[in-house]
Amino acid sequence: MVKEAVDVHMESKNLVVRYGSRVGVGVGGGVNLPLYRHKVTALIGPSGCGKTTFLRALNRMHDLTPIARVEGEVLLDGENIYASGVDPVLVRRRVGMVFQKPTAFPTMSIYDNVAAGLKLVGIRDKRRLDEAVERALRGAALWDEVKDRLRTPASGLSGGQQQRLTIARALAVEPEVLLMDEPTASLDPISTQAIEDLLLSLKEQVTIVIVTHNMQQAARVSDYTAFFLNGEMVEFGPTETIFTRPKDLRTEAYITGRFG
Amino acid sequence: MKRLYTHFGDRIFATLLLLLALGVAALALLMAYELYRGGSLALQRFGLLGFALGREWDPVVQKTFGAWPYILGTLIVSFSALLLSFFPALAAAIFAAEYAPRWLAQVINFLLDLMAAVPSVVYGLWGIFVLAPWIRDKVQLPFYMWAAEQAPWLVPILGVPTGYGLMTAVLILASMIIPYTAALARDAIALVPKEHREAAYALGATRWEVMRLAILPLARGGIIAGTFLALARAVGETMAVTMVIGNSHKLPYTLFGGAATMPSVIANEFTEAVEDLHLSALIAVGFLLFLVSMAVNFTAAYVLRRQERLVKGVL
Amino acid sequence: MKTLEKDLALRRRYRAERFMMGLVALGTLLAFLILFLVLAYALAQGVGALNLDFFLKDMRPPGESGGGLRQAIVGTLIVDGLGLLIALPFGLAAGVLLAEYPDHPVNPYLRLLSDTLNGMPAILFGLLAFVLIVKPMGGFSGLSGAFALGFLMIPILARSTEGVLSLVPKEIREAGLALGLPRWRVILSLVLPTARAGLITGVLLAFARAAGEAAPLLFTAFGSPLLELNPLKPMDTLPLRLFAFAISPYEDWHRQAWAAGLVLFGLITLTSLLARWASRRF
Repeated sequence: MVKEAVDVHMESKNLVVRYGSRVGVGVGGGVNLPLYRHKVTALIGPSGCGKTTFLRALNRMHDLTPIARVEGEVLLDGENIYASGVDPVLVRRRVGMVFQKPTAFPTMSIYDNVAAGLKLVGIRDKRRLDEAVERALRGAALWDEVKDRLRTPASGLSGGQQQRLTIARALAVEPEVLLMDEPTASLDPISTQAIEDLLLSLKEQVTIVIVTHNMQQAARVSDYTAFFLNGEMVEFGPTETIFTRPKDLRTEAYITGRFG
Repeated sequence: MKRLYTHFGDRIFATLLLLLALGVAALALLMAYELYRGGSLALQRFGLLGFALGREWDPVVQKTFGAWPYILGTLIVSFSALLLSFFPALAAAIFAAEYAPRWLAQVINFLLDLMAAVPSVVYGLWGIFVLAPWIRDKVQLPFYMWAAEQAPWLVPILGVPTGYGLMTAVLILASMIIPYTAALARDAIALVPKEHREAAYALGATRWEVMRLAILPLARGGIIAGTFLALARAVGETMAVTMVIGNSHKLPYTLFGGAATMPSVIANEFTEAVEDLHLSALIAVGFLLFLVSMAVNFTAAYVLRRQERLVKGVL
Repeated sequence: MKTLEKDLALRRRYRAERFMMGLVALGTLLAFLILFLVLAYALAQGVGALNLDFFLKDMRPPGESGGGLRQAIVGTLIVDGLGLLIALPFGLAAGVLLAEYPDHPVNPYLRLLSDTLNGMPAILFGLLAFVLIVKPMGGFSGLSGAFALGFLMIPILARSTEGVLSLVPKEIREAGLALGLPRWRVILSLVLPTARAGLITGVLLAFARAAGEAAPLLFTAFGSPLLELNPLKPMDTLPLRLFAFAISPYEDWHRQAWAAGLVLFGLITLTSLLARWASRRF
């Protein structure tokens, strides 16, 4: 169904997530979805459709919810992240995540926020930290704005800057995949623009999966799009195809704005 | 009042409420005023500073009154108890808010309520008949004997191993104030937004690293406010301390030996005080206690308000 | 190359995690150690000394065995009950004013002073009652003790009332006002009845708190060896009697003190349970 030139970085196989007896995502046989290396994949659909639930299954965030159960497989470079013996901490290091609300640690300085993940894995060397922080902040297009006040508290940044700071924090540990859960939902249009621009340069380094309720955004930033509805993954394909020639009537109805 | 509430009944009702509520306000002001007035005889005789820093409290022969032994005793006992209680209280709060399964968290919350509800005299009763004799026989005596032979310089610091003294009072008090620190710390931890935990987890943090990175820094204000509240309780705790502290105001205080605090001297001597000056001195101690408690409570309220602003800014 | 199995560095981090978890568990146990011991002793020692006489007879002089603490149990109920009656109008009014008239100009000061009172050591309420009531009346009395406990309960009631009323949905008030009811009718007939369960819980908890206090009663209610029903005379209460017995040199009295401790604890637990039950029942 897709060109062979790109290779699959992550892949879900028959993935079902249940909350107690309710199926969060994976209605109708589980989700099978490839995520291509160095591409941006957008997950779209009306709220409650399961797109965020799917996203959180990709770095085992459901481990934190006692009633959530995950069935099926998620392969990261061919390795099942739900296999026994796999440590979720290591999965999350390779598959980073950015949330809807900026979650900069408010009592820490900008520098310490970015360095937090590196310090966790035991990197103490000052020069290495300095380099990594600068690289991550440049990668998140924040360096020029904060380079003179790295030691000031992160709470002094604007919402859009804080969101880019959390992206920098996620980038600092050099993940392979970056999951973004509606990263611009709480931002103004200018900050949104900055983050969208950022995505296009980021995919040089990482594979990106972005959940968005904004179809224009999906069309602007993504290479591939998956449409979710009522816990079912309805359709997946190159973004252009999904937005111009959807196969499924429900997809067509959604992208033409007939519901959701 | 607003124009909207011009109904006659409303005005009467609001006025009635206001009058009764002003009674509450008056009570607080009255307490400050009456304690000051009741203690004025002693305060004028010795001066506020002379009274607070005077080391001699002799109601019988010299009839001089200096509250310093009691102030010092209160400071030592409260801060030691606070220090001793802080980590267990924080541990209980962390466990209840973050790690325990729901049923166990509920048990812990119930126990914290219970701990705050057990009357002070019951703690004191246990202290008199169980803790003090045990500490005397199993801790103080052996240690004292050892020190007498091996490290004689320690003996004056240890004091007489009677069991009824500073050490026992501190232990009981530490246990009594745990629920105040723990409850506020627990609530502060529970208020940390879910997103912050998840952000730390998503960074590849272990459970404890999440606590250290994302939760404790945000809950810090609530934890500090809780310790101030516990301090306020410790400063004012009367019965349990009076029952086990040995009630001696002879300075210098020793680790095992008797001591006294501001509330304990009031509880001990008030009904025996026949002379006006003695009675006035005890009320003056009450006035000092009022000032100290107020200062501690205001600090707690201030810290808590800053904390609320921090968390609100994050949400 | 890259793998998802635990490596050495991560093992070390998990060791640190286990260590901290161990500390947290240990600290939690330690936090409750003395509570457990106190309760265990109170049960073990108190049950032996409890019998029907304990509730039906007054105390005996030292050396005579038998007798009970009827005078202290009755006294506790009278002094604490009177205290509650004194505190109720003030505490409730302050709570209603704070919750229902949020922009009233006196509120910031009222809240400040009420919180100040709330943080005051119990013994200071005893001193206040001594100066205000015992001194002018020329002697110790159950009534002065009731005032001391009442003073103590006022800020507790104010705070719990405000808290409970602020939980009442504002739609209830709006519905009443939309019907054209005056505000005082809305508060009395709609808001307070809605919050009934919480109010009862608050009252019971204040009662329980005061029932365990001895410090404010030392020089107000003072204590009495015989049953006293006249609140103008000195009266006994359980915490006062427990204290007196505990520091006495008599074995018999020590046993009675444990029994008093158990009854007191039972009374307070019962009130708390009743409060819980009330908050579900109504």
